[in-house]
Amino acid sequence: MSTTRAKKKIVQPRKIEKSPTGISGLDEITEGGLPKGRPTLICGGAGCGKTLLSIEYIVRGILLYNEPGVIMVFEEKAEELAANVASLGFDLATLQQEKKVKIDYVHIDRSEIEETGEYDLDGLFIRLGYAIDSIGAKRVMLDTIENLFAGLQNEAIIRAELRRLLTWLKSKGVTAVITAEKGDGVLTRHGLEEYVSDCVILLDNRVSNQIATRLLRIVKYRGSLHGTNEYPFLIDEDGISVLPVTSLKLERNVSSERISTGIPSLDKMLGGKGFFRGSSILISGTAGTGKTSIAVHFANEAAKRKERCLYFAFEESPQQIIRNMRSININLNTHVESGLLQFHASRPTLNGLEMHLVAIHKKVKEFKPRVVVIDPITNLVSIGSVSEVKSMLIRLLDFLQQEQITVILTALTNSASYTEQTDEGVSSLVDAWMMVRDIEDNGERNRGMYIMKSRGMSHSNQVREFTISDAGLDLVDVFLGENGVLIGSARETQQLEEQKSLAVHSNAISRKDREIKRKETILHAKIASLREEFESLQEELNKTFVEDELRKDIIEKNRLQMTEKRHGIDNQKKKKQPTKL
Amino acid sequence: MSKTNDKPERPGHEEPDHLKLRLFVTGASPNSVRAISNIKNICERHAQHKYSLEIIDIYQNAAIAEEEQLVALPLLIKKSPLPERRLIGDMSDNEKVLRGLGLI
Repeated sequence: MSTTRAKKKIVQPRKIEKSPTGISGLDEITEGGLPKGRPTLICGGAGCGKTLLSIEYIVRGILLYNEPGVIMVFEEKAEELAANVASLGFDLATLQQEKKVKIDYVHIDRSEIEETGEYDLDGLFIRLGYAIDSIGAKRVMLDTIENLFAGLQNEAIIRAELRRLLTWLKSKGVTAVITAEKGDGVLTRHGLEEYVSDCVILLDNRVSNQIATRLLRIVKYRGSLHGTNEYPFLIDEDGISVLPVTSLKLERNVSSERISTGIPSLDKMLGGKGFFRGSSILISGTAGTGKTSIAVHFANEAAKRKERCLYFAFEESPQQIIRNMRSININLNTHVESGLLQFHASRPTLNGLEMHLVAIHKKVKEFKPRVVVIDPITNLVSIGSVSEVKSMLIRLLDFLQQEQITVILTALTNSASYTEQTDEGVSSLVDAWMMVRDIEDNGERNRGMYIMKSRGMSHSNQVREFTISDAGLDLVDVFLGENGVLIGSARETQQLEEQKSLAVHSNAISRKDREIKRKETILHAKIASLREEFESLQEELNKTFVEDELRKDIIEKNRLQMTEKRHGIDNQKKKKQPTKL
Repeated sequence: MSKTNDKPERPGHEEPDHLKLRLFVTGASPNSVRAISNIKNICERHAQHKYSLEIIDIYQNAAIAEEEQLVALPLLIKKSPLPERRLIGDMSDNEKVLRGLGLI
């Protein structure tokens, strides 16, 4: 705020200061915390966590921001309160000794009090003022101030005094959280929201199908942006966490690294490289189409790459999956033993959706996997409504993608209708969606698979038949028959048919080849005989030539012999002749 | 602490029905002033010489507010005779005060 003043000040009004709660998730939703120096109303039914939320605000204020706080309780005894808080790991007694927190327990019992005329609540003011001043408190918690209405009769006085109390708290400059019981059709039973107008947070503990879900909603927050949805929250040994921490932003790193699915032919459909790392992949399909098998292939491949993989099984036990996968030549046991693959199996009905979410969160944080498989998400619907499951999955995917974890979800679709929409409505959230389905034709069922979408990569648009055999999964090449794509035994028949014709064809070809061979032999023979002929002719010609030569030689010889026989002049001549020549 | 002991007529003389009262007020606020004068009137009229009244201004001692569980003021506590009773307000409702103090 103070960085660039002059100009900015004119353009935008001063943002209100906030007092961070330190509660994971809540600060994100409120964009920084509760309005500083103003009262905040926290309302909700019994047992929905109002007191805990306010105590966490105080205690975390002390521990994280070094802001002392006053706790004024109208309900529980101070000791009970300390015991309750201790279960969350907060030691109120020590904080009290360190003068970081001051707890004041206000006891009012109508039966002990007789009202005899005009009065005011100065006692409360003085006590609170004294408590605030004694430790220099910045935060105040009033739980549940509505009990005043039960303890005192004159409502007009209480209302006037409450109004005065809140103004007085503002003037004190403390940030106050005030809890109030939810009323019928109204936010609070006694209409406290009328007085606390700066920030109102509504908590709810909704039970549907015997499973409870805690929800938090910011009803109003004057002068500030805030998340307006209902956010599920949890109370566990670490206190309150509103989930998710990241849901308000769509900012995350993306990887362009591609990872194999473990099924080479499927990789080929995805441009030959597989899916992006950190993407979310949904495999949906009807029963028995091999969704789990595909997911297991993926997990197996991850383990082979020496990446850790976490498998959440909501339907089968790990042993069952391991046994079943052995039948398609995948031995998961080795990966489990080497610690690369971890199963986490639970019945969906074990606990509420939010607890599942937390369980997944925790496991992921502990194990730090690169690949997470959730098989199947469909079963979660049995414990929550579709929209709840969707909201849970949104947050889950968000979280996993933030951590750059590739996630495979399987979903069972209703076989009655081949809807191109999953029951959970998550299809729009995922990066890639594969659909496996039965193709029933010609008295048999076959498995067909296609890629409905795969963001950011070219992918095949074909419906591919895929087979599950002893050797594993494989996609069969597209087989076009006369009447379109053929699958199953029709494909096999066609394949055999084609093999047959191929054999016939090749036979025909070889016959022709032989013919040619023969022709060639004949030709060669002819050439040979011609050559023979030519040679004999040549020889003939040569023969006469040689004979001529010979004859000539012989004649010459004879002539010489004849002259030698004559002697004399001839002999001299003969001697002279060569010199002449 | 400023104790304004309103001089009981016979200090030390403890009769079984001796009223021991303690009134918490906040300075000189209208309610406080009214409460003091009202309770004095009532006591003088109905329990003359049989009561002691201690008036405590909690502005002078804020710590006592927590000790005594003070919320609504003015507050009159009847310490004895037992049972202890707490009356709040400016003591303008005569009948309620008398009943609270066990005087009628």
